[in-house]
Amino acid sequence: MRKVNLIINGTKLTVPEDQSVLQAAQSMGIEIPHLCYDSRISPTGACRLCVVEVKGKENLMASCTLSVSEGMEVLTNSERVKKARKIILELILSDHPLDCLTCEKSGNCELEKYAYQLKVSSSRFLGERSIYPIREENPFISRDNSKCILCGRCVTVCEEVQGCSVLDFSQRGFATLISTGLDRSLTEGPCVFCGNCLSVCPVGALTEKGRKFEGREWELKKVETVCPYCGCGCNIELNVRNNRIIKVTSSPESVVNQGWLCSKGKFGFEFVHSSDRLTSPLIKKEGKFYQASWDEALTLISKKLPQIRRDFGPDSMAGLSSAKCTNEENYLFQKFMRAVIGTNNVDHCARLCHASTVAGLARSFGSGAMTNSIGEIEEADCILITGSNTSETHPIIALQVKAALRNNRARLIVADPRKTEMAELADVWLRHKPGTDVALFNGMMKVILKEGLLAEEFVGKRTEGFDEFTRVVKEYILSQVEETTGVPADLIKEAARIYAGSERATILYAMGITQHVSGTDNVLTLANLAMLCGKIGKRSCGVNPLRGQNNVQGACDLGALPDVYPGYQPVDDIAVRRKFEEAWSTSLPDKPGLTVMEIIQAIEKDEIKALYIMGENSALSDPNSSRTRAALAKVDFLVVQDIFFTETADFADVVLPAACFAEKEGTFTNTERRIQRVRQALSPPGEARADGEIICSLAEKMGQPMSYSSPGRIMEEVASLTPIYGGVSFPRLEKGSLQWPCPYPEHPGTKFLHRGRFSRGLGKFHSTHYGEPAELPDSEYPFIFSTGRTLFHWHTGTMSRRVRGLNEIYPEALAEIHPEDAAGLGLKTGDMVEVSSRRGKVRAKAEITDKSPPGVVFMTFHFREAAANILTLDALDPIAKIPEFKVCAVKVKKVGESREKLG
Amino acid sequence: MKTDDHVKVGQIIDRHRGEDGTLLPVLQEVQEVLGYLPEEALVEVAEGLGLALSRIWGVVTFYGQFHLSPRGKNTIKVCQGTACHVRGSRRILDKIESVLEIQSGQTTPNLKFTLETVRCLGTCFLAPVMMVNRDYFGKLTLDRIEGILNQFCKG
Repeated sequence: MRKVNLIINGTKLTVPEDQSVLQAAQSMGIEIPHLCYDSRISPTGACRLCVVEVKGKENLMASCTLSVSEGMEVLTNSERVKKARKIILELILSDHPLDCLTCEKSGNCELEKYAYQLKVSSSRFLGERSIYPIREENPFISRDNSKCILCGRCVTVCEEVQGCSVLDFSQRGFATLISTGLDRSLTEGPCVFCGNCLSVCPVGALTEKGRKFEGREWELKKVETVCPYCGCGCNIELNVRNNRIIKVTSSPESVVNQGWLCSKGKFGFEFVHSSDRLTSPLIKKEGKFYQASWDEALTLISKKLPQIRRDFGPDSMAGLSSAKCTNEENYLFQKFMRAVIGTNNVDHCARLCHASTVAGLARSFGSGAMTNSIGEIEEADCILITGSNTSETHPIIALQVKAALRNNRARLIVADPRKTEMAELADVWLRHKPGTDVALFNGMMKVILKEGLLAEEFVGKRTEGFDEFTRVVKEYILSQVEETTGVPADLIKEAARIYAGSERATILYAMGITQHVSGTDNVLTLANLAMLCGKIGKRSCGVNPLRGQNNVQGACDLGALPDVYPGYQPVDDIAVRRKFEEAWSTSLPDKPGLTVMEIIQAIEKDEIKALYIMGENSALSDPNSSRTRAALAKVDFLVVQDIFFTETADFADVVLPAACFAEKEGTFTNTERRIQRVRQALSPPGEARADGEIICSLAEKMGQPMSYSSPGRIMEEVASLTPIYGGVSFPRLEKGSLQWPCPYPEHPGTKFLHRGRFSRGLGKFHSTHYGEPAELPDSEYPFIFSTGRTLFHWHTGTMSRRVRGLNEIYPEALAEIHPEDAAGLGLKTGDMVEVSSRRGKVRAKAEITDKSPPGVVFMTFHFREAAANILTLDALDPIAKIPEFKVCAVKVKKVGESREKLG
Repeated sequence: MKTDDHVKVGQIIDRHRGEDGTLLPVLQEVQEVLGYLPEEALVEVAEGLGLALSRIWGVVTFYGQFHLSPRGKNTIKVCQGTACHVRGSRRILDKIESVLEIQSGQTTPNLKFTLETVRCLGTCFLAPVMMVNRDYFGKLTLDRIEGILNQFCKG
């Protein structure tokens, strides 16, 4: 970038030529007042408050839209400028209600701030005022156009950042106002309720609907922490007063999300204060739960578990840890299972989402995590998204993709059976049949090989297994791939050429890839593709699994897996085991333990007698969940520790009330391997305790104390035993987050992996063969059934369904059926249908939509009343033991007419 | 909107698809065909041209030429310019309002007339003057009003 020299307020400076005068001034610490400018969106020059005097120019110029130029001389605070700013403020105030006494924005209002700074207490320009009714026909956002200063930030943010364009200027002259299309309510338009319009509003025009009269800005304590929903790991601030979360904000400086949030991250926190929260331990006696003291509950568990161990051995017990809990708690849980109970039977829900990623990427590269960082996506020039409904499941990563498309003219390839928002934005959309991923990507690689588009030098120097891989891929014939996948050969060729021909091509994938019996092969195939084209080990390239839960990466990292200790150190490696035995002063089991679904099977076979579940809702989240429920009912002793009385808790012998994310200290690791501090903002309800505290109390009761004075001390122990976390400590994290591997205290952390060398040395090509899904449609069950999530809910709904607003927007389960299939079944939107598989049946409202292809029925798994996982299949990937949630066979029957009138 | 109208709107959009800066001509043509811009048509234009509904709403509410409710078959424009004003145009307007039983800016329930006022028709020598559709009626007197309006009631 060329640089230019200019003089601001008499001081010379040199800045890149694409800067504005406002940015240049900011770079030297000069603040220029502004109301419409926000560094994260395009400047519009609407408010005129940022005017400056430029030598040689007659008029004052808006510095936010004025580019720097060579030799420019600028005065940012001359008398003329100050006078102009005062007049501008007076003009704004002439049509602004001065109701700061009760305005929720007061204390955080930019208009108020500048009025004070420039000593403008009222306006000389009295006259007609714009008065509008407050618009809040939606659960979350209150719009008071009377307070709007028409800066247009909300309009720009909605268009540029979220790509929704819900708001725009309407009318003209004095009557100009911000409104939606047709002036409809937000619920009737394309609004996704990210609330980013609200977070950029400089005045009180857009505010959180629920925060009225809940506290002045200066009374709110802001606690910086991490969002507890998805793996993006957005930085949030809980605004707390009287032990209640009043609202949630996010700083524009947030490293992960730049202050942007999604509907759950902005508005999804009511569950914390739900009256359904568990507040005391419960013990089941003769089929009924009774309140118990902590001492009673812990005493009971500390008697039962050793008794079962005595009678049946330590491997008769298993524990499910939680991707919702902190790193420290996951560490304690696996340590408890291994050191106190004496079994490696510890696993968690990563088994159900990205087990195949951990297995596959470890085989290919030596490390099973996102190779690159979220922030690098924006700079990619080609993005291949497959099996990820990114806008709904990782909304903030979707914003990065949109930014790459908008600012970087990146090409987007989407391989997905569903017409997601990303598919609609794609340059090339490969709508392959569910479960045909290996065939599709091998087809792409066939094209790359045939046309010589591969990165020969990279393949030669940095990989192994290429010849065998080539032999297998060459067997693929494009016409057959077309038949298998349903994707026209020309589209496959186009996608291959775009991907291979781009400089910085990144692959993003999620459960559409992993949740198959071929999950590991799917992952290996994507890894092959990246290596073949040399799109790995570089900035803005890589193979990037988007992890689901807020701390599923951390739960894996901290060893809540049956075959590895923290940091993926194998339990069957003698040297590693010795290290942990020494550190934990006990002998440890040497045999890898059972995975989630194997634990269920072992209960059926009477091999597991006791199960300890921390923060998981297996009764809804497991595939073929009737089977899981039967196992939960069968197991002799079940402890469930959770923040709510879940469907799983119903089967428990003892239920322990846990503190939620906002009520404890610790760390989460997000999908890009970023370890971030979680901070306590509230005290837990009733007698609820932090999960880590509960485990420590129990260990103590069982005569093997695990005692730490704070979560920071636990992290010290983690760091001493876990090379990838070796340099992580709470004092360091106070200064900022760290991305692993971070092996020693001076190490800055790692933005992207495999630079110069793969974790395993050479990258390994694996030959993968397309195999059919375990259960395909037949004459009795003619449809493919697939599951997923929606933006407005989270997993089994324990949190999001206790947020009234989210429920209002998305109140019930829907079975998505293609119009062609609906015609055959005589269905219209709103009709009740019964969807049944060989394993069970559920009822839900039909939604006729072309989002899924013909022959495919799609449901989310958030709703207990229509629990999609009753239908899903528990066939497992042979390597990773992940179940095939994405494909099974169902039939559909109409059981009720829509009660809504048509039209 | 009738099926017929949907087809017409679709045809207009198709004719302009792919061109730059087509929104205004499309809206003008749709209004020409339908007489006004019903909400459904705006939604169709948004979807057809791939534009945000909020943007289209901004445009149709910005320009005075676009009408969002049905218009009368005939548009009356009563001049309220200075010359007409001193020659009693207010009384002319009152008379029309009482004959048609609507206020300025409104449309008769039978959709025969839409009544508007304008600042100046540029024909001050005819004051007080009004236009009905494209025809001028000058040097108006109160007793001529009903006769003029009756001409447009037929058919």
